[in-house]
Amino acid sequence: MQSISTPILEADGIGKSFGDNQVLSDVTFSVAKGQFVCIVGPSGTGKTTLLRALSGLGPANSGEVRVNGRVVVQPPAELAVVFQDYSRSLMPWMKVGKNVELPLRRLGLSREERRKRVEQALRDVDLGHAEELYPWQMSGGMQQRAAIARSLAYRPEILIMDEPFASVDAQTRADLEDLMLDIRDRLGVSIVLVTHDIEEAVYLGDKVIVLSGRPASVAASVEIPLGTGRDQIETKSRPAYLELRAEIHRMIMRKSDTVAPQRAPR
Amino acid sequence: MTQRITRFLLPAIVPALLVALWWMASAGSTSIFFPPLAKIWQRFHELWIFDLVGEHVVSSLNSVLIGLGISIVLGVGLGIVLGLNDAIATAVGPLLQFMRYLPAVAMLPLAIQLMGIGPDMRVLIVVLGALWPVLLNTVDGVRGVHPALVDVAKSNRLRPIDWVVRVVVPSASPQIFAGIRASLAVSVILMFASELMGASQGIGYFILETQRQFSLPEMWSGMILLGVIGYLLNVILLLVERFALDWHRESRS
Repeated sequence: MQSISTPILEADGIGKSFGDNQVLSDVTFSVAKGQFVCIVGPSGTGKTTLLRALSGLGPANSGEVRVNGRVVVQPPAELAVVFQDYSRSLMPWMKVGKNVELPLRRLGLSREERRKRVEQALRDVDLGHAEELYPWQMSGGMQQRAAIARSLAYRPEILIMDEPFASVDAQTRADLEDLMLDIRDRLGVSIVLVTHDIEEAVYLGDKVIVLSGRPASVAASVEIPLGTGRDQIETKSRPAYLELRAEIHRMIMRKSDTVAPQRAPR
Repeated sequence: MTQRITRFLLPAIVPALLVALWWMASAGSTSIFFPPLAKIWQRFHELWIFDLVGEHVVSSLNSVLIGLGISIVLGVGLGIVLGLNDAIATAVGPLLQFMRYLPAVAMLPLAIQLMGIGPDMRVLIVVLGALWPVLLNTVDGVRGVHPALVDVAKSNRLRPIDWVVRVVVPSASPQIFAGIRASLAVSVILMFASELMGASQGIGYFILETQRQFSLPEMWSGMILLGVIGYLLNVILLLVERFALDWHRESRS
């Protein structure tokens, strides 16, 4: 599933500032079909800003984002976003099934087809039993699964996730990480996951984009040759994993000392 | 189980005690202004169960329910439009606040001049007062939709109709209901005021007439009836709200 030639998502020289405050400068990377790319950087580096630019929610001031070769000006149809704050991203007045169904309404599907897709998406995240529950009747981990199901239901090619597991407990987090690897393997969807957690980035990614500096740019793009079938315990004790984790850690430490932006190595 | 009984009985105890107190204290009363409650109750029974209901109660409820109904439809409809259009909302904001604080009773003389003392005039007066709380609350509720939901809607490319009907309106509904409750209270007041000045039927008219004829037990019975009706309307509204906003209560507990 790794790095197949044509990129499905390209960020090309993304720059973004809010007034005088430049947040991103010349951010460039690409995501191949089926690739799992993690964007890692310390809090406040502009990861969320980058994600909003990638997804068309907050267009960049300079550079461009391309999805399947087309320049993104508003959220493209082949892209779905999972937000950090799951408790606010699900509608509390709708049962989980209705939440998942909501984005499907525009597709002009029959009622039956919509139902099938909802059931399928919920099964994909192991929530087959939860269709009739309200979001607030579920745990945080289940709510985030439901949000993921809503994104999967309309079958996107790219899933963009903003610190999706930041507010769940460690065990749930590990489960959700494995779920995302499994979803990528089964559905072939490309995933871009933004996180401040280096361990998470290395464990999940085929490629880790290290974001740092102020304004932030790509400090490094690190291929993670850990293969498929990763395991929370086995993978995380392999020397290659530990080495990559340390290497990225050093990059972030070193980079955050310097203030001036540097060109990203390509 | 005992807890449920307590919760049901507790709010009834104070009114029951007060009625008992009133009943005993007024028992031997010879004052024509404060007749014995027993006497009031007797007249209440004779008049309102159900002799005059058709003449006065139906007329009053008509003003309140039609007036409130129109206010809700107009207020929620306009409120959604204004709430979704920042420019229009900003432009008409001061006008709305002006209208809200202009007492609708101040327009009674003009309304009577223009429309006479018929039921249409009374409905108009109710609408002129009851529209604003529900309208302004709807605008606030619609504008207050959480930005996270805007992101969800955009990234999922929801159709505008789904966005409004399935996200904006439910999200604003707790505030819309608060507005409707305020509008109901205003409606009852305006129904009564418009009947004092411009009616030949209705509970307000009845109370004024009986006072003029020194039929004070009858007047008291009208006042009690008015209170009971207002209370019952509020109870009905609360039940509707409980049902409609079930998710809201539960999601916060």
